[in-house]
Amino acid sequence: MTRGFQAVGGGVAIDLDPDDAEILRAMAGLVLELVDPPPEKDEFERIVGIGTSTEKPDDPVLARLFPDAYSGDEADSSADFRRYTEDGLRLHKRENARSLMEALPASGGGRVELDLGTAHAWMKSLNDVRLALGTRLGIDEETQEAYQRGEAAVPEADATAMHLYDWLGVLQESLVQALFDAQRHSG
Amino acid sequence: MSTAPVELERPETEGHVQPDLPWVTIVWNDPVNLMSYVTYVFQTVFGYPRSKAHSLMLDVHHKGRAVVSSGSREEMERDVSILHEYGLWATLQQDK
Repeated sequence: MTRGFQAVGGGVAIDLDPDDAEILRAMAGLVLELVDPPPEKDEFERIVGIGTSTEKPDDPVLARLFPDAYSGDEADSSADFRRYTEDGLRLHKRENARSLMEALPASGGGRVELDLGTAHAWMKSLNDVRLALGTRLGIDEETQEAYQRGEAAVPEADATAMHLYDWLGVLQESLVQALFDAQRHSG
Repeated sequence: MSTAPVELERPETEGHVQPDLPWVTIVWNDPVNLMSYVTYVFQTVFGYPRSKAHSLMLDVHHKGRAVVSSGSREEMERDVSILHEYGLWATLQQDK
């Protein structure tokens, strides 16, 4: 990655290498695949915006992206909440991933400028990717810190994903800092 | 604080009665979300000043959880819903 995100007038900007742009495109594609709704959706449900899903997903990655809303043992309330909101959340995540993909250079690298709305979509989508990767890798704070010190024993099969996870963290951090800067300039 | 004897009927205190707001939104610590990001989200979603957002984030980080908002059940469902859009691990519960 070059220099990360910078605040510019009305938003943020980044210069992306072709490789970085390609990785981001692939990652946004991953989120789109993850949040694709179940195909058996009924036309009536689609119209009224109520889903059929009431249970927390079995897959830990999906369970992290679509968590229960109620603490403790209020399973019924969580199920109801999920029925009314999960499709909206899927749609939201899908739109963020699309925003990310569409703002990337059509081919190769280049400068990307994002208004604040699109920057928020990127920030959320980068976070979705990190949640997915982090959950899959079983990241905890100690592993992460050890990795950054170069001391973590990462299984070879996970090395690339771990590197990617770390890179996305640096990228997201620079985006958050650029947004803080943008806020300071406008406020 | 008044030292007057306690009266059984105190209609004048009506304005001080706790409103029916027994629900809270809790954000739980997770190892993925960046500290700066969590602070940014609290500022953006709740309009908290940076200092308050930052100290709530530290509570989440060090104590494992923090109450980030309180209100009616419907309001807390809305807050949880928005926090899930940001990927924060948020739940609501009655504040017992």
